[in-house]
Amino acid sequence: MKLFRHELRGELLLYVRSRELAFFTFLLPMVFFILLGSTYRHDRIKSEGNVHAVNFLLAGMIGYGAIAIAFAGLAIVLVIRRENGVLKRLRATPLPAPAYIAALLTAFLAAFAVEVVALIVLGRVLFGIGAPDHVGSLVLALLIGAICFCALGVAVGSLIRSAEGASAAVNAIYLPAAFLAGAFFSPHAFPVVLRWIADILPLTYFLQIVRGIMLHGHEIWAYPGSLAVLLAWGAVGAIVAVRWFHWEPREH
Amino acid sequence: MLEVASDSTARERPESLQSPTVSSVSVRDLRKSYGDLEAVRGISFEIQRGEVFGLLGPNGAGKTTTVEILEGYRKRDAGEVEVLGVDPADAGGEWRERIGVVLQSSAMYETLTVAESLRLFAGYYTSPRPVDEVVELVGLKDKRDVVVRRLSGGQRRRLDLGLGLVGDPELIFLDEPTTGFDPHARRQAWDTLRSLRNLGKTILLTTHYLDEAEHLADRVAVLGRGEIVAAGPPSELIGETPATEIRYRENGREVLLETDNPTEVLHELTSKAVAENRELEGLVVTRPTLEDIYLQLTRDTEDE
Repeated sequence: MKLFRHELRGELLLYVRSRELAFFTFLLPMVFFILLGSTYRHDRIKSEGNVHAVNFLLAGMIGYGAIAIAFAGLAIVLVIRRENGVLKRLRATPLPAPAYIAALLTAFLAAFAVEVVALIVLGRVLFGIGAPDHVGSLVLALLIGAICFCALGVAVGSLIRSAEGASAAVNAIYLPAAFLAGAFFSPHAFPVVLRWIADILPLTYFLQIVRGIMLHGHEIWAYPGSLAVLLAWGAVGAIVAVRWFHWEPREH
Repeated sequence: MLEVASDSTARERPESLQSPTVSSVSVRDLRKSYGDLEAVRGISFEIQRGEVFGLLGPNGAGKTTTVEILEGYRKRDAGEVEVLGVDPADAGGEWRERIGVVLQSSAMYETLTVAESLRLFAGYYTSPRPVDEVVELVGLKDKRDVVVRRLSGGQRRRLDLGLGLVGDPELIFLDEPTTGFDPHARRQAWDTLRSLRNLGKTILLTTHYLDEAEHLADRVAVLGRGEIVAAGPPSELIGETPATEIRYRENGREVLLETDNPTEVLHELTSKAVAENRELEGLVVTRPTLEDIYLQLTRDTEDE
């Protein structure tokens, strides 16, 4: 436990120091929220039950933040640390692997928590968006989603073979996924083929739950099907991660 | 009475070598293959406490494979291995408290400062060496608060060493600690390694620089194609090869004498020359270096 706390402090420091993480995964969702929110601030979305566009966008940016931080950021950090030998070096220290992994994931979950709070505060200040009714449901949904995306992040990080390709490969997955799942715009207007793809993405189901809670005042239990799909993706990620995770560089 | 004991055992070796010895590392008939390639083919050696042991050999000789088995990274195919009394294949955190590992490629967090990096790693051990002490030991006192990204190659390598030392280990593995260094940086690194040795640490050093082994190691084993082709103190390895060469010119012709008794031969030569009032032009006496022996040994194995 002491080692976990020590490593968590280290991971938080590393997170704050990393410009790539700070900008692409942490600031970008807020930047998009401010830009797109300012553009559509008076609009309503008919296809989504006539909700305010900014409320719809806030939930979308929370989803985008979740995959940017927990999935993309984590995957890239893991590949870089594995390929430059930091993970290998850590294995020669007395720091137990579970304490390390737990501290790393907790640091990324903490970053996501700060992101969510910042987005909600921005929404309140800039666009007058009220606080959600069911905070408990929202927190639970966000936690489950973020953990599933962490599992998928570790899985994809384990499959990527080189540090050079890491950012490109991860961006090629999560940016289209964010669009297709409807983080930025309502997916109802998308062509059928794209909606088929959207129907398999875990982010689609995460957004259904988050929007249900934030826009329609539902509880998390109102979405058992979406929750099941999300958890199934998380389980697949965890299995792949456990099977293919490497401490040593894969240069050979 | 005292003279009796002093002769054969004293030499210049550290005291721990003379006392009834405790092995830090013990390897017997170690084997490891990758597919068809036999990387390590039945090697055996012991490293005593407080000893600096050099594992020498060209690239691909099996040095890193051997060291990584001892560090617990790789599983062996056959043989017995004990490191600090434990089989590294199933060693735990308590064992890792007692070893320090410096890998061949320097691995660290680019965005932390020197002191932050050391503090982070120090926290993994129950009784670490104080960070400021380590900073001083590896000669990075004036770079203490500099971000790793801004360090030079030699400075990074010294931080690497510091990260391997911060847990205050009994046994330190150094895999090619000075590869890629300029001569000045190498001298500095050697000074650091000597100070470690003076702290009583046991060190296993791999290198393909012979002068490094000659300067630092109490004993060396030369690896060629996965086998130990020679072993012993560097001075004895050099002593094993017979000839000291004496060269000079006589009537414009090069004369080369190879001898096991250079003092005697040289004395004869020079007294004769002095008596005849002659100059031995271009007189050179060469003792074979470890380099010569090494080249010969590793060439032999490559010819197989």
